[in-house]
Formats: sequence, C-alpha cells, structure tokens
Amino acid sequence: MDFNDAPEEAAFRAEARAWLEANAQAVPTGGLGENAEAVADEKRWQALKADAGWACLTWPEEYGGRAASPMQNVIWNEEESKYKASVNIFSIGQGMLGPTLMVHGTEEQKQRYLRPMLRGEEIWSQLFSEPGAGSDIAGLRTHCVRDGDDWITNGQKIWTSGAHYSDWGILVARTDPNVVKHAGLSYFIVDMKAPGIEIRPIKQIDGGSGFNEVFFNDVRIPDSSRVGEINDGWRCVITTLMNERSSLGMSLGGLGIDDLIELARETRWDGSAAIDDASVRRRLADYYIRLKGVQYTSYRSLTALSRGATPGPEGSIGKLVSAPLRQEMASFAVDLLGEAGVLRGDASAARGAWQSAYLGAPGIRLAGGTDEILRNIVAERVLGLPPEMRADKGMAFKEIPTGSL
Amino acid sequence: MNFDFSEEQKLLQQTARDYLEEHCQLDAARQVLESSAPYASDLWKGVAEMGWLGAAIPEAYGGAGFGHLELALIAQELGRALAPIPFSSSVYLATEALLLAGTPEQRTRYLPGLASGERIGTLAHSEGAGRGGSPGLTTRIEGDRVSGTKIPVPDGDVAGLIVAVVRDADATSLALVELPCEGVDVEALDSIDPSRSQARVTLNDAPAEILGERGAGEDLAARLLDRAATLMAFEQIGGAERALSITRDFCMNRYAFGRPIASFQALKHRLADLFVAIELAKSNAYYAAWALQNDEPDLATAACSARASASDAFELASKEMIQMHGGVGFTWEYDCHLFYRRSKLLAVTLGSADLWRDRLIERLTG
Repeated sequence: MDFNDAPEEAAFRAEARAWLEANAQAVPTGGLGENAEAVADEKRWQALKADAGWACLTWPEEYGGRAASPMQNVIWNEEESKYKASVNIFSIGQGMLGPTLMVHGTEEQKQRYLRPMLRGEEIWSQLFSEPGAGSDIAGLRTHCVRDGDDWITNGQKIWTSGAHYSDWGILVARTDPNVVKHAGLSYFIVDMKAPGIEIRPIKQIDGGSGFNEVFFNDVRIPDSSRVGEINDGWRCVITTLMNERSSLGMSLGGLGIDDLIELARETRWDGSAAIDDASVRRRLADYYIRLKGVQYTSYRSLTALSRGATPGPEGSIGKLVSAPLRQEMASFAVDLLGEAGVLRGDASAARGAWQSAYLGAPGIRLAGGTDEILRNIVAERVLGLPPEMRADKGMAFKEIPTGSL
Repeated sequence: MNFDFSEEQKLLQQTARDYLEEHCQLDAARQVLESSAPYASDLWKGVAEMGWLGAAIPEAYGGAGFGHLELALIAQELGRALAPIPFSSSVYLATEALLLAGTPEQRTRYLPGLASGERIGTLAHSEGAGRGGSPGLTTRIEGDRVSGTKIPVPDGDVAGLIVAVVRDADATSLALVELPCEGVDVEALDSIDPSRSQARVTLNDAPAEILGERGAGEDLAARLLDRAATLMAFEQIGGAERALSITRDFCMNRYAFGRPIASFQALKHRLADLFVAIELAKSNAYYAAWALQNDEPDLATAACSARASASDAFELASKEMIQMHGGVGFTWEYDCHLFYRRSKLLAVTLGSADLWRDRLIERLTG
C-alpha cells in the first residue's frame, strides 16, 4: 500500500503539468458551454489537447488516444481540473458513446466518427430516456419502421444534455414491438440536424436548461447508421451504461467540504462563529467522513482497475453516496445562513452558490441511475439478492400495460 | 498510488481467517459469555503461537516484526470471529503505548511478555460515567506512586500491565503499573457484552513508573488512541462484514408471502445501504492504516474518520441483523445478540463515534 505517486506516475504527472503550464492561456474560462462562444472555446481547447496527445487518454492509439492506464487518466484529470473549471461538453461522446462504437460499431463507423469525436470537432448526445421510460429504459416507445435502405423514426426523447449544440446523437428505438421489450430495440447514429428533429430546451428547477426534449417526426435514418444487429440494441445499451457509471463525475459542482467549513466560520450565530456550535461541528465532521470514504473508495477501485479488473457494480457506490450527500450539504449550508439562507445572487453568501447547489441537487440523484436503481444494482449484483419481480416478464412489448403518465 | 494490501498481506489475512474458522467459531464467544471465564484461554495461546500478539512488535523484542498493515488485517479477522480474547487491550493499547513511548529498557522488560501472551496489558483512562478529558482526571501520580479509581478498565481483571492516564502535578502523564501488586485492587464487572471483560481498578499508593515524557500524557494518550482507533476500526469492520453476510444468507433462505424475504425491496435497499456503509468505513480505515504504518501526520484526522465510520457501520449491521432476522433474532439461542453486544462494546470502548467526530473537526478547524 502506497498512497503517493509511483515514480512513473510522478513522471507522467510532471509531463502533464508542464504541458498545462505552457498552454494555460488557452484554457476556456466560460460557463457551462451553453452559448455558441463557449462551445467554440471548448472546441479549440479540445483540438489543442488532441494535437498534443492529451485527448481521450485511455483510447487505443489507432483512434488517436495514447492507451493510457486508468491511473494516468485520473492524474491527467486531476491536473487539468486545476486549470479548467468548466464542464466537459464532449464527455458523453468520449466517455460513453465512443467506447460503445469501438466495441459494436462497423470498421467504417469507427473510422468516420471516432477521430472527430476525440478532437472535439463533433459533439454527441445520448437519446435514451423518454417521458414514459426512465429507470425502465427498455420500455421505451420511440419506434423505427423500415423503408427501403432507411428507417422512419417517430417518438420523443427527453433529458438529452447538449442536444442544441450536438452534431450527432445515439438513438435507441423500438424496431419490433411484438417481442419482449429488451429484444426489440436497435441502436442508431442519428444526425441531430436531420429534417423532422425538433429540439426544445427543458427549464429545470434551478433555472438552467442543460437538458432538452427531442422530438422525432418521420426522421429518416439510413440503415448504414445502425450500430450492432437489428433488435440487438440492448447489448449496445449495456455497454454504454457501463461506461457511464465509470465516467460519472462525483463533483459537488465546485463546492467542497472546505467551502462549507469556511461558510461556517464566516457565518455568525448568536454573536459567535457558527463553527463554534457543537451541532454544526458534528455535521461538518459527518460530511467530511463520508466524502473521504467516497474518495478512498474510488482510489480502491482505481487500484483494482490498474491491475486489469473490469469496472464492477461497486462503481455505483460513489454516486449513490455523493448525490444525496451533495443535497444534504447544500441544504445544511442554506440553513446555516439563517433567514438569509433564502436569498440567491449577489445578496447571498458565496454569491448564492449553495442555493444553486440546493436547487440543482435533486437532478444529480436522478441522472445516470436514480438512488433507487443504484441500490438495486448493489443489492442484486454485489450482494446477489433476488432480482425485482417483473410484472411484464415474458410479455410482448405491445401487451405491456401503461399508465396515464 | 497503490491503495490495496499486498499479496503477502492478503495471504496472511486468509491464514488468519482459516485459523479462526477452525479455532474460533461463534460458539467461542458464546461460551465465554455464558461462563465465568474472562476470556478463551486456549484461543489466546493459539493466537500467541500464530505470532499475532507481536505482529507489530520488532523481532528484537520478541515480536513477529510484520507491521501495522498486517496487524490491521489480523484485527479484521478477529472482529469477524467475535474473538473473545483481550486482544484489543493488550495489542492496540498496551503494546502500542510501549511502541509509541517506551524506553528501550521498558520495551525489553514488557514487550516479549506481551508478544508471547504471558502478560496481558491494557489502558486505564476512563474514570466513570461521562467523557473524561485530562483536566478532570482524579487519579494522580506522586513520586512513583499512583492513587485513584479507573472504571471501566477493559480486560483489567486479567491484566498484568496497566498503562494508566494520570494527573501529574499540573499536567498529565502515562504511568505503567504492574499487576498484581500491593495497593492495586481489581474487581471484575458485569457489562453489556460479557464475552469481553471489564473491571474496576482501584489504585492506592500503587508503585508505578512514568511512560514517555513526563507531563506529555495528554498528547501521548491522544496519539495512542489514534493508533488504537485505527486498529479497532478494522476489528469493527470485520464484525460488520460477518453480520452482513449472515443476515444476507438468512434473508435468502427465509420465505414469507411465498418468496425469499431478500427479494423485498424494503430489505434489499437496506442491505445495500449497509454494504455501502461498510465499504466507506473500510476505505477510511485503509487510509488510516497506511498513515499509521508510515507515520504520516494525516493519521490524526484519518483515525477519526476510520473510527467513526467503522463504529457506525458495525452498530448499523448488528441492529439490522436482529431486525431482519425477526423474532428469532431476539432469542438467546441465535447469534445475533453476540453481534449486537459486541458492536456496542467496541463502539463505546475508546470513545463514541460522536466523540471521534468532535475530535476530527477540532483537528480540521482548530
């Protein structure tokens, strides 16, 4: 057991630092990549990294990566995050869809899409969730009907991050409603600018619009854009979701325990610093302990990955703990401020960052596997407990009952 | 970074597990619980022969000279087996106190006996109900004599060496008291977990010797408790893992409403939460063990995190164990109560999880 960098890790870190130091002036400083200018900045930065060999480090060399180890990837991310605070708008493609194409795509598809994805020339969206299919994703209803060399697509997707600035999307749609739900799905690459696609931003409870609804009205998709076999799309979905779990960030949106301790120091309670209050201290200690537990658990996983283990269901622990914890910490920060805790914006402490975190926190507990689904994963795949009883087991998709929502 | 135990260390852990499966079934804890014996003496001899008592003691002092990472894994296995022996008192407390602060002469005098198990050691710090900080200590040392009452002293009734935290003029010191001797009265006490011993130790002008720097007892005791808490966390994690494993198997085989109760989400999700609590505690404990082994300053905070999360995890495990077993979990016959008792005993010995949270934030923020 050694917590410090091994010599080769230290050398790699030094190399990464040197490059970042030399290129620091090119790091995007924009917001969440929601406007065209910020997107252009992100693309420039990605291309610069790609040309220097610092893009998609774990990808194989034939697609422009450097076949780096998981540990090296973590070291790079640690170093890059010291310079760059903005969200990575390429992560859905690079972290989830690219790896799926590498496994299930045709040679032609890999040659066409992977390099522009790596360089950030093309941005990708994931078109999985639907208004009627969230946790039960295989129950999705968007369907494709064959028409010559094309498929005609109709339906609606939802919770699509970055659809408005994406070039390509990965669509999972029903191609056979007469078989059990998992067996009638196919996986397609779709041009987000194709006729018949309509994108509408969703306004979230925190006021932001990171997600969209995407409507498909007789959208034509060439069969050559299908990934994997017809009706075998579920296999691709599994690959994508496995990569999602290992690439999901555990970040508190820039707010950490140090910030909360600082807030408790600055805030006055009955004439003293709030941090002098025993109940405050105990809460802070509790958050610190859980955050450290998550951090060291990820280091244990990383050590296992470095030895060639495949990412296991244990990876679910990080998000299962940190998403509700983020909500709890934000809620506590708002409480800490007394009646002024209701304020947002410049009139509030930390310019309302905790209030924004509070309003945004419920989304983290839902995205990429709800708390409840993650508990099922731990229960079934780690502890080996029986799977959920399924009322639709063995039923053809078209016979599965639906509700009014 | 390599955040895992080595193959050799894991092999040692497996050897420990195999040994305890043969020599320390859960019946061992039950036998001590139901008898007047203070501990399982055959098992004590056995673990001494295995070299576990001296795992962190250098070979020059009669130990096995492994290290604290190895000791941590042994502790985890002893926790798993609910081993009814004074291991934590003798090894995490008395032995660690000598390793931390003993002079070469003191080490030569006591460590070989502690390593062979002929002498059992413990720490006497508590002085009755409430949280005892150094300022409130009434046990005093004057010259080379100590007087006062320590209660409870874990395994004090079988100890041949007590490390006492004592008032020393205006400061605090650690003092070594050899037992039996004149001026020391020891009385075994009943407890919530009689598979481990507790005692009242009354000192009346008992001969004693200062351990470590005179007047540095507060700092030494704090550092000693950090070491002990880290090792104890592994013992607690071992107990929690065993409780989860037994409960999981029970829920798979117990049927209600025509299906295994393990298929009900009300239980699945709680078992998942328990697993997660244990994993977080384990990760915190790994980090603390690394800090302990390498004498890192981070031990001061890492020990708090490891200890608080391990106490919480084992207590949660033992409570859920009884709840999920249903009525049989409340019977004397089933083993659940052995875990329920032990988890509370270990959580209280060395101070509650809340005390360690308080200590953590003190160290983080001053």
